[in-house]
Amino acid sequence: MISVVHYLNQFFGRIGGEEAGDTPLSVADGPVGPGAGLQKELGAAAKVTATIICGDNKAAADLAAFGDEVEAHLQRLKPDVVVAGPAFNAGRYGLACGEVCLRAAKLSIPAVTALNEESPGIDVYKSKVYILPTSPTALGMTETLGRLAKFALRLAAKETIGPAETEGYHARGVRRAAFHSASAAERAVDMLLARLTGATWTTELPLPALPPVKPAPPVADLKKARIALVTTGGLVPKGNPDGVKQSNSTTWRSYSVEGKSRMEPGQYESIHGGYDNSHANANPNYVVPLDALRELEQAGVVGGVLAEYYVLAGVGTAIADSRRIGREIAADLKGKGVDAVLLTAT
Amino acid sequence: MTAELEGAGLPTAMISAIGPVAAELGAARVLRGIKIPHPCGDPGLDSARDHDLRLRIVRGALHAVTTAVAKPTLFDPVAPS
Repeated sequence: MISVVHYLNQFFGRIGGEEAGDTPLSVADGPVGPGAGLQKELGAAAKVTATIICGDNKAAADLAAFGDEVEAHLQRLKPDVVVAGPAFNAGRYGLACGEVCLRAAKLSIPAVTALNEESPGIDVYKSKVYILPTSPTALGMTETLGRLAKFALRLAAKETIGPAETEGYHARGVRRAAFHSASAAERAVDMLLARLTGATWTTELPLPALPPVKPAPPVADLKKARIALVTTGGLVPKGNPDGVKQSNSTTWRSYSVEGKSRMEPGQYESIHGGYDNSHANANPNYVVPLDALRELEQAGVVGGVLAEYYVLAGVGTAIADSRRIGREIAADLKGKGVDAVLLTAT
Repeated sequence: MTAELEGAGLPTAMISAIGPVAAELGAARVLRGIKIPHPCGDPGLDSARDHDLRLRIVRGALHAVTTAVAKPTLFDPVAPS
């Protein structure tokens, strides 16, 4: 009998929502939540013997400590294979699933997870672990569990896993030596000819999709600099007058802070759908640190604070939308003579 | 977003509770924040110390935007001089 350990966050692990995001790691016997579906797909040859569950904040805030704890449990549980998630397009959960698979691999236990292309877990972990593609939301749960189960059974049986383009997992950038009928020179010339004649061709060395960030030159004189506050923390005026979306943002807003010495509690609320908003609601300066920046403005440390702050809810936001929003905000800030930005991310 | 802001010539300090991840994904100037639901402070502290912590975080972020960086760099909160 093949033994399988499954990893879930607090939500799918049936502990709670964002308010339970700090829940420490625990281990339950047998399948939990979607683990029942996974068990069904695995069939009689394999058994989900245990489920590791951890809160999203707890896991993502210190991935190394989280990984150590997971590793200790895996050493004790000794499964034949580990399945994490699926975490769909989730940020923190996706990172946790990647870390779980990485730690399993460290113990020579094969592992697999499934993440949507928008999850940041892919960029961080795809070079080291098997990540199957999945839908952005849990609507694709059943179909994804089926593929995860099949892949896990193959891993447990030590079957040879083929390259990413035929197997469908996110390419790890691993290159294996293999014999080819044409030499590298011939293949390169073929590619060049194909390119010159407009025919289709496939590179053998894809470049990373995310271009490196080009850092801006630093502020020369802070005493004369105008500073802008930007947040992806979803902090809006109480009542959310403009209906800012709580997730999957495609737009941004700016609101005046002119003449305000701080973000007044009671006048703002966080509508961000991806973290426990209670602290931000009690003291909005945790997300938009206007009180501290004003104090430094009064003390002459900075030249000035832009009269508006910029906001959206950065959860489930597509990378293409994030880039466009970044460009739009940058253009707006430059038009207002801003010299530097403090961007608070939650 | 930080990529586009930096690329437009605006030095940007990203205050994040998961700073190493932000740096791994390419953010140029990252200030280590406290926790995901409260990056700029700690509700577990009394209000004076909490406020002082937030000042340190903002000072650290301002230090980041006045520092030349060539690659993703992590910064810590800074005590007043």
